Amino acid sequence: MGSELVVRDLHVNVEGKEILKGVNLQVRQGEVHALMGPNGSGKSTLAYTLAGHPKYEVTDGEVLLDGENLLEMGADERARKGIFLAFQYPTAIPGVNMANFLRTAVSRVRAAQSDNAGSARDGGELIPMREFRKELNSSLSMLKMESDFVRRYLNDGFSGGEKKRAEILQMALLRPKIAILDETDSGLDIDALRVVSEGVNALSGTNLGVLLITHYQRILNYIKPNFIHILFNGRVVVSGGPELASVLEEKGYDWVRTEFGEPVAG
Amino acid sequence: MSTQMVEATKKEYQYGFHDPEKYTFKARKGLDKEIVEEISWMKSEPAWMRDFRLRSLEQFVAKPMPTWGADLSELQFDNIYYYLKATDRQGKTWEEVPDTIKNTFDRLGIPEAERKFLAGVGAQYESEVIYHNLKEEWEKLGVVFVDTDTAVREYPDLVKEYFGTIIPPSDNKFAALNSAVWSGGSFIYVPKGVKVDIPLQAYFRINAQNMGQFERTLIICDEGSQVHYVEGCTAPIYSSDSLHSAVVEIIVKKGARCRYTTIQNWSVNVYNLVTKRAVAYEDATMEWIDGNLGSKVTMKYPAVYMLGKGAKAEILSIAFAGHGQNLDAGGKVVHGAPHTTSTITSKSISKDGGRSSYRGLLKVAKGAVGCKSNVRCDALILDEHSRSDTYPYIEIDENDVAIGHEASVSKIGEEQLFYLMSRGVSENEAATMIVNGFIEPLVKELPMEYAVEMNRLIQLQMEGSVG
Repeated sequence: MGSELVVRDLHVNVEGKEILKGVNLQVRQGEVHALMGPNGSGKSTLAYTLAGHPKYEVTDGEVLLDGENLLEMGADERARKGIFLAFQYPTAIPGVNMANFLRTAVSRVRAAQSDNAGSARDGGELIPMREFRKELNSSLSMLKMESDFVRRYLNDGFSGGEKKRAEILQMALLRPKIAILDETDSGLDIDALRVVSEGVNALSGTNLGVLLITHYQRILNYIKPNFIHILFNGRVVVSGGPELASVLEEKGYDWVRTEFGEPVAG
Repeated sequence: MSTQMVEATKKEYQYGFHDPEKYTFKARKGLDKEIVEEISWMKSEPAWMRDFRLRSLEQFVAKPMPTWGADLSELQFDNIYYYLKATDRQGKTWEEVPDTIKNTFDRLGIPEAERKFLAGVGAQYESEVIYHNLKEEWEKLGVVFVDTDTAVREYPDLVKEYFGTIIPPSDNKFAALNSAVWSGGSFIYVPKGVKVDIPLQAYFRINAQNMGQFERTLIICDEGSQVHYVEGCTAPIYSSDSLHSAVVEIIVKKGARCRYTTIQNWSVNVYNLVTKRAVAYEDATMEWIDGNLGSKVTMKYPAVYMLGKGAKAEILSIAFAGHGQNLDAGGKVVHGAPHTTSTITSKSISKDGGRSSYRGLLKVAKGAVGCKSNVRCDALILDEHSRSDTYPYIEIDENDVAIGHEASVSKIGEEQLFYLMSRGVSENEAATMIVNGFIEPLVKELPMEYAVEMNRLIQLQMEGSVG
């Protein structure tokens, strides 16, 4: 029985303004869902809310991972339960060596998942260096990244493409159950997009559920979703199979606007 | 063998010297001419040093308290012991050492014997043996590394030539105080062209003298020589003394290179008011690496006066102020010759209502053409109760110079915390990573074992501070 993320009637305020107005979604391990929608529809709000950013205030609804209420957990605990967010704009942390950080994060997440509470805590044991190195190197080569890359400071001075690859590298190492990819395609040239997509495809098998958030359907040429949802004005207004992508390509979001309510500025 | 015999004789002499039956010195609080004379007499000093002390006492009395920097109004000069014999210092028992300090020793994994020493209840430290082995190596090269009291007896000519020349007693009230009552500290002489590979560490020859309240350090790097001196250690040093006021003077001659590293971690009852200054002559390089974690109040601005063309100065300063601490630190560079170069990098962190300030001076004298200076100070504030200030003083009397000054203040970013936490790392561990990352440019300059301890200390200081 695979894991399952359930989002039910989710309402979210940002700085007092309601952005999500009752979102329903269900993502199982092994499935790829694309969540599409025009700017301002609430896509990134959903991504941050699921990952547990404190700025996003949930006013109603629930988010469950295998029946456990994620909304009661901090971002760190959600990650340890198997939620992963690939950021649209990864934050630079100067002075923090990427390899050391990854080793710590991987140790905390794995320990929590193997019920090794001691190592899940701060300053707990780290997974053996040799074992970590081996995994790191294989993930690096999968993403066609040089091993020097992880000696750099986390996201500090990375190009757009490097940042996105680094996100997928982290996903590979943390082995989440459900990954939310927030506009992972934005700012990538065609070669980088292909490498990143191949990485996602290699990881999404039976063990990973993907919620792929995107504005453009370009990435869907590389990552084939099982389901497509269209988010509009804080609600999922249409859900369907892969064929929905060609409808969008043909008609654009204007069709959604005329069909489902008032036009959205910009 | 002969060296060991000399050492043995010296020890006996020292023990005899402190024999309470021969001397009737009684420690008492407060400072006057009589105390200063007794200190000098206890040490059997030559007349010139006694006179120097007495002149300094006059300066101390005459000088006003600094009216800038940290608040010193609670400092009571009458309520301080200015000189204690080693035996008086060791009078404390392990039970009297505060639990917070003991717990920190536990967390740092400091060996039992060392703990007692650091807490001020032990006399000798085990690594004395290591020190003696290293000492033989240095002696072959002609390097002198002794405590300053010993230097006055054994190297009077060198001491007399340089002592008090870089920081005269008239420099400031606390330099005058130190000059009147100094005891212990390190004396280092590195002969022409000699490069000392292993950092000289006071750590290796720790003794009660060295850890005094008013230590006095003098380092002379002769032409083309090279040395790295490491002062103190990162473990918290418990002191019942409320005032620590050191003076450090360094002379870096033509083409020589000196690096001086300090990690200060006094207990939080201590006023730490220190004057550190170096002069660098032609093509010489002076580097100060100065970390401040402990103390109630610190005022310390390591200085480099570049007096020969092509001289270089580098100052790296970290201050981490927690609850109830006011750390006023920084650096001073004076370009007194053409084509001199300086860099000041300051990283200050405040948390739990602590206050840390960068205070720095950049001065370029008329005629010092072609100088370059770059000052960068970054502050990180961990919560809204804490405070950080920057006081850069810049005096430029020459047009042909290249000066850069950058300052930044940041709060520990919600976005940075969220990013790290979204990878499964707790809020506290994430904040610790951000702080360690912030000071990383400085920590990577430390010797390995210090860097490791520094990171552990930051971890300890960070515990429970966020969230």
